Amino acid sequence: MIALTRRYAFPAAHALRHPAFSEEENRRVYGKCANPGGHGHDYGVEVTVTGPVNERAGRLIDPALLDEIFEENIRSRFSHRLLNDDPIFRERVPTAENLAEVIYAGLAEPVAERSTARVVGVRVVETHRNAFAYGDYGEPG
Amino acid sequence: MVRITRTIDFSCSLSCRAPDLSEEENRALFGRSVAQHGHNYRLEVTLRGEPDPVTGMVLDLKDLQAVLDREVMDRFDHRDLNADTPYFEKQPPTPENLARVIERLLLVALPKGLLDRIRLRQDDRLWVDVIEPPA
Repeated sequence: MIALTRRYAFPAAHALRHPAFSEEENRRVYGKCANPGGHGHDYGVEVTVTGPVNERAGRLIDPALLDEIFEENIRSRFSHRLLNDDPIFRERVPTAENLAEVIYAGLAEPVAERSTARVVGVRVVETHRNAFAYGDYGEPG
Repeated sequence: MVRITRTIDFSCSLSCRAPDLSEEENRALFGRSVAQHGHNYRLEVTLRGEPDPVTGMVLDLKDLQAVLDREVMDRFDHRDLNADTPYFEKQPPTPENLARVIERLLLVALPKGLLDRIRLRQDDRLWVDVIEPPA
């Protein structure tokens, strides 16, 4: 098989707090990451697609199209934001695991609709010490 | 089973264009990549196998490096992919196509069944993996 990976990055803030937990429980489970004011990361996001290579273009997907889809669906939604403010993270804690799944879900449909490729993995690199892969393709975190 | 990975770097110039398309059509299809430009490619070659019970090695890295020198460095490093190699007369030297060319060269050159995958990095923001099916 052949797969293409494109790496993006954006800065965002999050606070790891479960709405149903008490302050004490949040502190116990999430430690310093539960700080109510939040903290931030320069998230790296590696998006992997596979599919047929268009013989004329020699491409799985036009990287410019993937960039456009990422811009419209992910960067505009999360870059320079507090992740907790996004409706999807009102109920779910914005861990990098959940962020990887949310980004995957946000890209899968537009990529399938606008190209012959399909998303098979999203790897969120939270810091150079932590990485989280979602999907069949993901490399180990 | 053990996987081992060896990395090499090489640099090429290239332009992405289909010979039967007009300048305008090529520009629509390949954007800025129509113009002559270059990349510092990084190739990560992964082999899979059982270590030899005596030497403890899947393949002597000296032998692997010799294959990579002959099949990749000598053919592609500091070359124009379009003008100096025979592989892109009928297809554009996109990272997908370059990775598939290198995969085929290595499949022929390496002992059968050893090649697991290659990763061709065009830059920090784009790379292509070609993965062999499990044996």
